[in-house]
Parts: sequence; structure tokens; C-alpha cells
Amino acid sequence: MNNKRIGAEAVAAKGWLAAHRWLLARRASQLSLLALFLLGPLAGLWIVKGNLAYSLTLETLPLSDPYVVLQALVAGHVPARLGLIGALIVTVFYFLVGGRAYCAWVCPVNLVTDFAGWLRLRLGIKGSAHVSRSSRYAILAMTLLLAGLSGTIAWELVNPVSMLHRGLLFGLGAASAVVLAVFAFDLFVMSRGWCGHLCPVGAFYSVLGKWSPLRISASKRAACNDCMDCFEVCPEPQVIRPALKGAGKGIGPVILAANCTNCGRCIDVCSKDVFTFDLRYKNPPDNGAQITRHAATRGN
Amino acid sequence: MPTPGTTASQATPRALKGPARRQFVLDSARLLCGVGLLGLGLAAYTKQAKARPPLAIRPPGAGAEGDFLGACIRCGMCVRDCPYSILDLARPESPVATGTPYFTARSGPCEMCEDIPCIKACPTGALDHALTDINQSRMGLAVLSDQETCLNFLGMRCDVCYRVCPVIDKAITLDLRPNTRTGRHTMFIPTVHSEHCTGCGKCENACVTDEASIRVLPAKLAKGALGEHYRLGWEEKTKAGGHSLVEDQGLVDLPDRLPEGVKLEGHFDPGSSPPLPSLPPGLGGEPTAQGDSALRKPGTEQGKRLSSKDAR
Repeated sequence: MNNKRIGAEAVAAKGWLAAHRWLLARRASQLSLLALFLLGPLAGLWIVKGNLAYSLTLETLPLSDPYVVLQALVAGHVPARLGLIGALIVTVFYFLVGGRAYCAWVCPVNLVTDFAGWLRLRLGIKGSAHVSRSSRYAILAMTLLLAGLSGTIAWELVNPVSMLHRGLLFGLGAASAVVLAVFAFDLFVMSRGWCGHLCPVGAFYSVLGKWSPLRISASKRAACNDCMDCFEVCPEPQVIRPALKGAGKGIGPVILAANCTNCGRCIDVCSKDVFTFDLRYKNPPDNGAQITRHAATRGN
Repeated sequence: MPTPGTTASQATPRALKGPARRQFVLDSARLLCGVGLLGLGLAAYTKQAKARPPLAIRPPGAGAEGDFLGACIRCGMCVRDCPYSILDLARPESPVATGTPYFTARSGPCEMCEDIPCIKACPTGALDHALTDINQSRMGLAVLSDQETCLNFLGMRCDVCYRVCPVIDKAITLDLRPNTRTGRHTMFIPTVHSEHCTGCGKCENACVTDEASIRVLPAKLAKGALGEHYRLGWEEKTKAGGHSLVEDQGLVDLPDRLPEGVKLEGHFDPGSSPPLPSLPPGLGGEPTAQGDSALRKPGTEQGKRLSSKDAR
């Protein structure tokens, strides 16, 4: 069991609230979106109708999931106007704010897997099945191939992401078992297993946000004290190293890896305020070169 | 595998040498096997999901099941906009494809709204926006599936399915038949006409027997099909403006069996005179000169009468 709590240093330095700012904002975003969807079926207040596959807000704004629309296209069906417009809006939005911001700020499964990840850490569950993080891209390709071969949106038969959101709005049924399976898988079998290794929805959105302007930047990487809290809290820790430790290698401080979910937890847990939201263009390779080179000779 | 998220050192397999390359190939093989296995399982499940249970009916405007499953993105907009809340999204445990909309006629039939809000709500056109007249929708086909329990077939006047039908007297008619059991009554047989039945399910919903005796089934399951080559003489004749298709074709008339001593103008009965010619015309035989010839003689008044009998 880890004696040191992740972010303890940051809490001591910045206070609890400042050390949980982005986490709280993210939970608020996830829960209020869910509440907005639930207002209809629970209170009869139809601000938003539909679910994450497609929704209509205030009877005017169409939003559709570009991944499911792409599957329909591959299956040989061109969706009607509203479906296409909705997909376009969502595509542009996630292109701007980072594709996998969907995972961190919107997707309801994130609540489940974050809880599993937190519990895994608290219970000190060690050991994790080794599966490549790029498996999700193979699964993404498989879902599209299957859509084309079967002429149906095959992945939607089993997709836990849409199953959970749809279930909360239209009745869960056995979807609760599927979500429980994802939770147990992340807790006992593979650390960050679903969202970080397998989920093709996240893989799709990572492609969407490959060139997103809004990124997280280790702009004060010179101040890094190698406490490793950011690596431990990050759901995709492999994305941090090039940016944080790249000063001596001519790599800029912006986290360019498409799988960074823009969740902002690294900003929260860093007692030295190394990380911040920034634009990908503000990426000078010589940022913090001096001190990190010094750190590299010392630690790496 | 060069993918977003992997670092530069992992991304160039060509640069790898010896054990590293071996490891890369093995890892790739492992990944492909795993995902392939997953894909196979999903493919098998997909195939099964295409077989919708017959009593789950799609909303109006849904195409063939295979096409529908490629077009419906499971958003539930149709469910939300149905004013009678008859639609449901299938849950994972149900035999209907997960997340797709359906209704069950026995518990809640389609009320056939004139403005068809479910179709208007559909963002993908999985429910066909070209369908604007609900009477043209074909959600299924009503079938009087059990004549042994249908009260009208038992000689009573239930008529409920006929009365509730939104397309009354077209989709369901009551056809009269003598009740041979009592010998003195009439049976009013509910008869479904597929060219008008929308498959809304109101008949199944209203049927008074414990298990519905009339049911809406997928048209594919319920409907027979005549061979392409079939021509119904009486219909062809109407289409041709009263002119028979077989008239003037020089066809051989086959004998009609008539009770002894009965004569019918224009009919040939081998039991009555005159006898058959030894050979049919065209093979050397000559049609007899007498009135009731066995053979049609094109152009003559008698020939016309014969062929008009054929046409019936």
C-alpha cells in the first residue's frame, strides 16, 4: 500500500480546493450533463432530448456522436440532415478542445473507471494484465470493419459507453452488469484497462483530437521536483514524459500525444504548478532546458 | 504499431533489430489474435441480432431489419416523441438488437398518428422520412393466426378486431360464410387484406381471447408469394378492358363433366353427342360442323363463348 497519498504535497502547498480544482470542474461537467439529460425523463423538463448518440437541445441544437455516425456510413447508410449536422458540430467542437476531452469531461463510464482506479490505488492492488495501449486502435479498426462487413452498427450491440448512458435515461437492465464488469475489470484485472487500453470510442476521439489546439503544457517544467505524482494520477501516463522531460532533447513542453484526455489532474496534483492549459502552438523546445538537463544527469 | 500516443522510439518497427523486432512481431500477432477473436464473437452476435423476434415490431418507416440496424444509431428520439409512449429501446438482455426501438402490439399498439412524430424525430432516416401518409406504413401484417379460438370463426359476433381497425373495411373486412354447424346462421369471418394493413397491431391488442387469435407478424413471415408466372384470368381480363388473355389463342377446350342429360350451351361433354373428332385440329382432325364442337374455332361466335367460359 502506498503510504504517500498522490497530491498530498500539492494539498499542503496550495490548499485542498486548489489541488482539486480541475477534478471538481470535471465531475461537475460530467454530472451536470447527466442531470441535463435526466431532467427530461425524471422531471418532464425537456431541455435535452435523446442520448449521447444523438441529442436535440432546446428543440434546435442537434448533436450526434461522430463515431456512431461514421459506423452508419461504413455500414452503407447516409444519415439524414440533422444527424450529419450534429456530427459535424461535435467533430469541430472536439477538434478544438481536444478529442479525448470527451472521455474526461462527458463520458459517464469515466466516473466508473475513475472510481475503479481510485479504489485500486487505495486498496493497493498491484499487478495488471499487460495489454498494449494501442489495442484500442485495433479494436476501433475491427468495429469499423465489422460495420462494413455486416452492414449494421455492430459495436453498438455491446458498447458499454452508450449502454450506460442510454441505460440511465431509458432503463438499464443488463447494462448494469456490463458496467459492473468494466468496473471489476479495471479494479482487479488491468489498471486503467477499459478507458486506457481497450475502448474504441476513446480511440476514435483521440484521432479526432490529434491536432487539437487546446492542450496541456508543462510550461514550468523547469520547476519539476520529480515527485512523480502527475505520472501516478494520470490515466494515460505515457503522454507526459516527452513533454515534461524533453527539455534536453529539443522537445517542447506541450503534451502533444493524442491520448491526453485534457482532464487536468496533473495540474491539480502538482505542488510546483508545472502544468497548465495552453495552446499547442506555444511550444518552444528550449523551454526549461537548463534545469531539466541538470535533473536528467541527476535522476534519469 | 505507429499510432497516436506511442512515443517515437516505439513507432518505427523497421529500425528494430533482432530480439526487439521479434518482440514487435509477437506483440502484433498477439494483438491481432485477441482483437480478431473479439471480432469473431461480435460478428456471431451481430448475425443473431439481425433475427428480430416476430412479436417485436419496429416503428413506422423502418426498412428491412438488416438495413435498419445499419441506420439506427439508438438515440431514442422516436421513443421520446411518441405521444402514446408505446416505444421502448431494447435493453441488452432482450432478444431485440441492443438500444433499438420497438413496440409490442399486444401491450401497446401503434396509434397511427397522422403527423407521424416518431419519423420526424429520427435524425438518421432509419425511419424513412419519405413516409408521410401513416396509412402507407407497413410495420407488419395482421394474421388471424388461430381460427380455432377466434370467436367469429366459432359463429359468434365478436367483430372487435374489425371494429378497432383504423383502416376498417379495407385492412379487415368481414366475409360472410354459411355456418355449416348450425345450418342456418352466417359466420362473419375477419379477413385481413395485406394491401391495406399497416401492421399497427390494434387488432391484436384488442382481441378478447386470452391469447390473441389475431397477431401482427413481420410481413416476410406472414405473406405467401405466388409464382411470378401466375396470372389470375379474372384480373387480367379486367386489366385488359374485359378482353380475355386466352381468347383467340386456339387452345384446346377440355371436357366439362356435367350431370347426365344436362346440356350447357358452349360446353363440351364427352358423354353427350356429338363424338370427338378422331384427331385434334392441326394433327389432321377436322372440327365437326355441328353446334357444340369440342374445339374452339377462332373468329366464330361459338369460339368466343367458349373462351369466355375459360376466363372465369
